[in-house]
Amino acid sequence: MTPGLLTDRHRYWLLILPALAVMIIFYIWPLVNILGISVTEPEPGLGNYALLAESRPIQTSFIITFRVAAITTVFCLVLGYIVSYAIYNASKRGVGLMVALVLLPFWISVLIRSFSWIVLLGRSGLVNDALMGMGLIDRPLRLMHNEFGVLIAMVHVMLPFAVLPIMANMKGIDRSFVNAARGLGASEWTAFWQVYFPQTKPGVLSAALLVFVLSLGFYITPALLGGGRVLMISEYITYQIQEFLKWGTGTMLSVTLLVATGVVILAAARFVNLRRAFLERG
Amino acid sequence: MSNSVLSVRNAVKRYGPVRALDDVSLEIGDGEFLTLLGPSGSGKTTLLTAIAGFTELDSGSLSLRGTDITGQTPDKRNFGMVFQGYALFPNMTVAGNIAFPLKVRKWNSSDINTRVAECLALVQMEKYADRLPSQLSGGQQQRVALARALSFRPSVLLLDEPLSALDKKLRADLQWELKDLHRQLGVTFIYVTHDQDEALSMSDRIVILKDGSIQQIGGPGELYNAPRTPFVADFLGKSNFIEAEVTGGAPGAVQCAAGGESFTVASAAAPATGSRRKLALRPERVRIGAPGAEAFTGQVRQLSYLGERAHVIVTHPGLGEILVSCPTWKAGITPEPGLGVSFGWDSDACVFLEDA
Repeated sequence: MTPGLLTDRHRYWLLILPALAVMIIFYIWPLVNILGISVTEPEPGLGNYALLAESRPIQTSFIITFRVAAITTVFCLVLGYIVSYAIYNASKRGVGLMVALVLLPFWISVLIRSFSWIVLLGRSGLVNDALMGMGLIDRPLRLMHNEFGVLIAMVHVMLPFAVLPIMANMKGIDRSFVNAARGLGASEWTAFWQVYFPQTKPGVLSAALLVFVLSLGFYITPALLGGGRVLMISEYITYQIQEFLKWGTGTMLSVTLLVATGVVILAAARFVNLRRAFLERG
Repeated sequence: MSNSVLSVRNAVKRYGPVRALDDVSLEIGDGEFLTLLGPSGSGKTTLLTAIAGFTELDSGSLSLRGTDITGQTPDKRNFGMVFQGYALFPNMTVAGNIAFPLKVRKWNSSDINTRVAECLALVQMEKYADRLPSQLSGGQQQRVALARALSFRPSVLLLDEPLSALDKKLRADLQWELKDLHRQLGVTFIYVTHDQDEALSMSDRIVILKDGSIQQIGGPGELYNAPRTPFVADFLGKSNFIEAEVTGGAPGAVQCAAGGESFTVASAAAPATGSRRKLALRPERVRIGAPGAEAFTGQVRQLSYLGERAHVIVTHPGLGEILVSCPTWKAGITPEPGLGVSFGWDSDACVFLEDA
């Protein structure tokens, strides 16, 4: 082999070839098939896509999906911001412990975390038992199998995804900015709101995008805590394929969800530096 | 001090076992340029941040024109402050930064615009009003930080090593500008630095700190020519130290003996005869000449050429090594290692130090 037959360029391609092959065989090819099925089953054409305009249940499911994702995002941002700010202001030793506590849930399966919420929120779950035991309520409250239960568990699962980008952003902000603002006559609140908060916007936007996009396609938690009553789109797709064997409708919804998510990301790209948000996180 | 604007009384601040401020008392005069000088860990920055209100004192008090401000938060103290890294708000333009202290003071917008324009003109940054801090050079950021700190017309301006991030040439230029600004505005400047040259060239008075306590306070010339302790003599410029025994004489002409030589020290106070005292001798006060021309005989050990001056280390069998700093343009001998020379000094060149 003559040297130079393989240029640097070729060698780099060789390096990513295995990963690329895996992606194509197990991800892109099935995806193309899904797209294919959605326009061929049960008969060729865009009939499945017409359902988007016609079917009430499908529309409702999309509305629920976007609503749950949006509310989850808002709560995660507020809570995540507070947690991140506490970590930013904690002592050195405290920071390690607090970050560990944020990351800890990642080591426990989402399934188990969701089941734990069922134990807590069920009809005779810990929360209801405790409230009744204290005599605060006579009948168990409906804490799950509704949007409320789904939201509680979703916020819990998604919180670390909000904390991490915001925390990384805050870590890069020098404390002297707030001191400078205070020294120049700003109250604590003004210093925070006009000087500190604007600098954390990139982190907040990354967190919002991350949580929202992940929430759109979330399956386990809404399925378990919704109890079939809060049908988010992923669960709806599962029903179509597993229960009704309507592959055409199921794949059409998958493609629609994919496109919708893509649109959200593209829209967000105008405000968020995606490269920084997803690839260069500390 | 009769026209004191700010007083610090018995300030103490501990960080664990370390005393960052160890019973510091200080009066700062209205309109003066006061520099807090010391090596790192001397407490100079702690003293400044305590004055600014960012560091809470463990004990002691601060008062501004007779009003106690010890418990006041930084925003109520109304001091301008220039931070070490400038701390310009990255989300605001140059004009926005300068307007910030005026907005929080609820000035009306036309007054703000007028004042911002004035401040930009003051630091010659009119052309950069709409730039973001990240689009400015270090020196320009420094100017904006200064304009921002002065925009609300504070009576006291606190500066925390404002020039330390700049290169040497720019630093020298800005030193002149700061001095001009100080004279022009009549604002009290409290300036922290670890750079002795900066302190000497700009200050009305210098406070030398070491390990959290004040070593000496005085004008640049006073501190340089009459250091009280070995630390001050060594920290401000270079100094030779001679252990001498007082052998007699009277105030104005004290007889001393050291290293087998004897000489006269023109000191106003005469230490007791027979006592051992440390003397400081500035290198530039030592003359060097051909053998026999001066009082003592020695040998050149090392020579360092610095352009306008040369530093020569002369060894003497009794006095040890003596550093001599002589102008290079002065014709005469050309010292070379190994050369036998004579050296000496005027009787007012040596200063008695306190033991510390």
